[in-house]
Amino acid sequence: MLLGRLQVPPSVRKGEAFEIRVLVQHPMETGFRRDMDGSSIPMHILNRLSCLYGGREVFSAELGSGMSANPYMAFYVKADASGEIVAEWSDDHGEKGRATATLSVT
Amino acid sequence: MKRRQFIRAGAAAAAGAALGVRAQGGLAPSQDLRPFIEKITGGRAVERGGVDIEIPAIAENGNSVPTRIRVASPMTAEDHVSAVYVFAPRNPRPHVATFHLGPQSGRAEIATRIRLAGTQKLAVLAEFSGGRYRLGEVEVLVTSAACLDESSL
Repeated sequence: MLLGRLQVPPSVRKGEAFEIRVLVQHPMETGFRRDMDGSSIPMHILNRLSCLYGGREVFSAELGSGMSANPYMAFYVKADASGEIVAEWSDDHGEKGRATATLSVT
Repeated sequence: MKRRQFIRAGAAAAAGAALGVRAQGGLAPSQDLRPFIEKITGGRAVERGGVDIEIPAIAENGNSVPTRIRVASPMTAEDHVSAVYVFAPRNPRPHVATFHLGPQSGRAEIATRIRLAGTQKLAVLAEFSGGRYRLGEVEVLVTSAACLDESSL
């Protein structure tokens, strides 16, 4: 289970674009680094993240080794109806994680 | 061989080896982004401008450079940004990330943190509905590059 955080505004007006922020705990090891013995540290990258709003995918990303450790992303979604926002992510080792938040639309 | 001579020879050899390593471990030159961009666009025309990249002019640490990308678009069902591709030409793998948006995004704006292996010109390609493309570029000065340990700088 890969830990992460999802942040949405407490309440938004209908039709307004609001910011969703996601932060995932991940080393994002590039595969280019070497350890103290000189042997290379294997690649370990969080490569996929998606965000669902009301069961529909509203944002997705494919990440590479050029993303910083503990990848952070902020993006916008237009408020439609109150509901659950789910962010899901997975890495190249097949490990997954998710976070949820409830959005209230006024 | 006298002891003094031996020490001198050894020191010279060590210095030479260090220089050799330095030359090898130096920063990679900028890669040509055209093949990467053509793979996405399929050879279609790419317009300049309309992509705003907010990034510090001088990044102190290349391991985490805050970046905000804004693309001018009404984000309607007929006319919206469908994807944003980020390229760092001097990174060992220049394709940093791809973000997929749509009319439900409301605003074509993304903030993230990226790695930069040295001073370079960051490129962002925006894909619009209807197969149009726009490219934005910005120069970033990186004082301490990512992907390298201090010894090879």
